[in-house]
Amino acid sequence: MSALEIERAVAGRTPVAPARASRRFGLAGWLLPIALAALWEMLVRAGIANGRLMPPPSVVGKTLWSLAASGELLTHANATLWRVAAGFGLGAGAGTLLGALTGALPVARGLLDPTLQALRSIPSIAWVPLFILWFGIFEASKVALIAVGVFFPVYLGVAAAIQDIDRKIIEVGRVFRLGRLAMIRRVMLPAILPAWFTALRSGLGLGFMFVVAAEIMGASEGLGYLLVDGQQLGRPDSIIAAIISFAVLGKLADGLLLAITRPFLAWQDLGRDKL
Amino acid sequence: MLSFETLSKTYADGTHALSAITIDVAAGEILALVGGSGCGKTTLLRLIAGLDQPSAGRILLDGEAILEPRADVGVIFQEPRLFPWLSVSENVAFGLSHLSAFEREGLVANALVRVGLAGYEKRWPRELSGGQQQRVAIARALITRPKLLLMDEPFSALDATTRASLHGHLLALWAESRPTVVMVTHDVEEAVTLADRIIVMQPKPGRIFDELDNPLARPRDRLSPSFEATKREALRALDRSLRDEEPRQHKTAETAGMWW
Repeated sequence: MSALEIERAVAGRTPVAPARASRRFGLAGWLLPIALAALWEMLVRAGIANGRLMPPPSVVGKTLWSLAASGELLTHANATLWRVAAGFGLGAGAGTLLGALTGALPVARGLLDPTLQALRSIPSIAWVPLFILWFGIFEASKVALIAVGVFFPVYLGVAAAIQDIDRKIIEVGRVFRLGRLAMIRRVMLPAILPAWFTALRSGLGLGFMFVVAAEIMGASEGLGYLLVDGQQLGRPDSIIAAIISFAVLGKLADGLLLAITRPFLAWQDLGRDKL
Repeated sequence: MLSFETLSKTYADGTHALSAITIDVAAGEILALVGGSGCGKTTLLRLIAGLDQPSAGRILLDGEAILEPRADVGVIFQEPRLFPWLSVSENVAFGLSHLSAFEREGLVANALVRVGLAGYEKRWPRELSGGQQQRVAIARALITRPKLLLMDEPFSALDATTRASLHGHLLALWAESRPTVVMVTHDVEEAVTLADRIIVMQPKPGRIFDELDNPLARPRDRLSPSFEATKREALRALDRSLRDEEPRQHKTAETAGMWW
C-alpha cells in the first residue's frame, strides 16, 4: 500500500490482449484452478495430505455455505461494502475535485500539487495510528483510511487527464467561440471521461485493498474480521472463505462500475472487433 | 472584404514569423498561400482565425479588426479534429447549438449529402477513413455558412485520389454560397486547381515573394495545356523563392564556420 503500489494500480489498466485471448479460448482459464482444486481434494481424501492448514475445496465450500446460511456472511459483507462505499465516495469525490483544480489552474497546481505529491509518498498504513487518535476506533477511522487510499489514484488520474486534453481539439472549441462553461461541458468533460473512469476503477481496487487493512486492525464485523477470527481460532477454511468473498465482492463492484460507465464510452468501445 | 495591413508576428521566443504582410482579398475570392516550410503560412492563417494576435498591423474583415474567433469565419485544419465522443451528425452540428433540434437535423442531413456522407449520421468518427473524417470537418465548417473560410493544408494527409474528389466536393460547396476562402497548401497543383490567386511566400521572416493571378476559368481541366502552363509558372515562382533563400543559409553556415 505504498506509493509504488498505488502507481502500479493507476498504471494497471485492464490490458486488451488477455481479454481477447480469454474470448478466443473461452473457458480455458478455468482449467488450471479447477484441476488444482480437484487434485488437492483427491490428495486429502486419499490421506496423502492431511489438509489441516490448507483445507480442501469441499471443506471451504461447506464453511462458506454455513456462513451464508446463518446470515453471518451477509452481515460481514454488508459491513465491508458499506465501508468501501463510504471511503470510495469521499476519496473519489475529493480526488476528482482537487484533480480538476490542479489540472485546470496552474496556480492551484503550484500551490497544492507539491504537498499532495509529498503526502502520496507516505505509506498509507502509517496514517492508521493517527486516524485512530483523531477519529476513534470505530467506523470513521476505517473510512478515512480507505478514502486516503482511493484519493490518490483518482487525483492523479484526473489531474493528468486534464493536462493531456488535446490542445488541437480545444482550439476547435475556440473557433466555435465556446464560452468557459460551454468549453468545459462540451469539450473538456467528455475528453477526460475515459481517463476519469479508469482512475475510479483503480481507486475502487485500492479501496478494497485498504478495507482489508482497516478491518484486520480491529473490527467486530466485516470480511476482514472474518480473516482475523479464522486466524485466532485456527480455522484456515474460514480465512479462505473470507478471501474468496473479498475476491467475489471486488470483482462484482468493479463490474458494476464498468457497467455504469460503459454507456458513456460507447464511442470508444469499438474497433477492437473491427480492426 | 478581407485585408491585411502591414501584418507582423514575432513569437515570444523571438521567432520572426511574419513581416509586414499586406494583401487585399476580394469577396468570394479563393486565395492560396504557398511556400517552403517555415514561411509563416500557418501563422498567417491562425491570425486570420483570431487564434493568435498579430504583433503589429491589423486584419480587417469588412472593415472590422479580427481580434478573436468570429462566428462568420470557418476553419478547416490540417487534421479533421473531430470530437471522437460525438457522432458524425453531432460533430457537423457542433456550431449550431443555437438552433432547434429540428432545424439542426435538416441542415446536417443536407450538409452530409453535399459531402457524400448521407447515411453516416450515426457513425462514430473512428469508424470513418481519413478522407471521410476530413469531409465531416468540411461539412462542420461550412454548415454555419461562414463569409470567410480558412483552410490549413486540409488535404495534405490524404492520397491523390481522395484529394481530387475532395477538391470537387469543396468547389461544389463553395459555389453554393461563395464564401471568401484563404487556403494554405504546399501542393502547387492543388493551388492551381482551386485558387483564383496564388501568393508565394518566403521564410525568415515570412513575407510575400510573388503573386500570381490564375487565369483559368472553372471548371478546370487538370490535363489541359493551359493548366499545365499555369502550374509550371507557379512552380517556377516557388522554386525562385526557395533558391533566393539558399545563399543566405550558406552565408550563415560560413559565418558559423569562420567563428570556429
